[in-house]
Amino acid sequence: MTELSRRQVILASGAVLIAAPVQARAPGEPASARSRWGLLIDTGKCSAECNVCVETCKAEMGLSGHDRPLTDAQYLRKVNVRDPATGAAHSVPVMCQHCAKPACVDVCPTGASMKRADGIVLVDRHICIGCRYCMMACPYKARSFAHEDQTGQQPYLPRGKGTVEGCTLCVHRIDEGRPPACVEACAAKARGAMLFGDLNDPKSDIAQRVAREATSRIRADLGLEPAIRYQGI
Amino acid sequence: MGGRLLVLFLLLFTLPAFAADLPHWPKAKGEACIASNEVMRRDHPDMLKHQRDDTMRLGIRGAKASLKACVECHAATDSAGKMVPVSDPGQFCQSCHAYVAVRPDCFECHATTPKSPVREASR
Ligand code: SF4
Repeated sequence: MTELSRRQVILASGAVLIAAPVQARAPGEPASARSRWGLLIDTGKCSAECNVCVETCKAEMGLSGHDRPLTDAQYLRKVNVRDPATGAAHSVPVMCQHCAKPACVDVCPTGASMKRADGIVLVDRHICIGCRYCMMACPYKARSFAHEDQTGQQPYLPRGKGTVEGCTLCVHRIDEGRPPACVEACAAKARGAMLFGDLNDPKSDIAQRVAREATSRIRADLGLEPAIRYQGI
Repeated sequence: MGGRLLVLFLLLFTLPAFAADLPHWPKAKGEACIASNEVMRRDHPDMLKHQRDDTMRLGIRGAKASLKACVECHAATDSAGKMVPVSDPGQFCQSCHAYVAVRPDCFECHATTPKSPVREASR
């Protein structure tokens, strides 16, 4: 059993970036800054009627609602936007943006909001006190608060009353070498609007497309450097 | 002297009668646990605490100790073949914790059966 060394904690916080070729992670090996997981979402392929990603996320994560859309836990939502000048309308899936400089991590008083070495932003709910500073700090409205006692949790996604939660980028799947559930479902049941991969790996599809094509990040002006990129908005 | 010995004898032989019934729990699925009963009984909270930080914060998977593995091995199935939560009365985790009057809060968040039915997504 390994103890958390100070160095590892710093590494896990993503403060140290090591540039090295990407390798698959062996069991027992910690997440490393060699990888930077991200998504490229093509809004041109995403229609307003389609909710496959949202429904898949809820099922995968065992999220149930209480018919209170404003406060029910939600890791992924569709945001319908319209340019008033041109009338151009888009439906945009928005989830935790897994920022390189996450505002939630900055404001969290307990260290519960954290960034893994590979850039995945998580809430350590063992130490979250439910103060919800992170919810206020997040410009993407990406976090939810569990108001009620929870039941029927999935073994890979513990969740409970009184803590904040949000999209984990399906970290349980990524650690097994599988893509996030929403990406898989969008490819299988919809139009494959999402591309998942390692932005640090120059050979990955996502890195090549990001290098080649015009992509944008929402509220890029805030400088939080999200790992979720969009095309078509 | 003789009186003291008698008291000691009485204490030793009558104590079990005062002790609460020892818990009984369903048999685990596996052959053997990851350490001896003595070690597991005393140290499982520490094992799990280290593992939780390693997994959650560093992304180290596949550690020897894991709450998920506890549940996988120790959750029983009822006569209808349905999984019974390990935190239900009389089940593995709960029977011992009730006996020693400890209420762990793991199961307020963590799954109590190896697989939860995937819920119909709420609309
Ligand atoms: S709610 Fe939890 S994760 Fe969010 S800022 Fe407070 S302690 Fe940190």
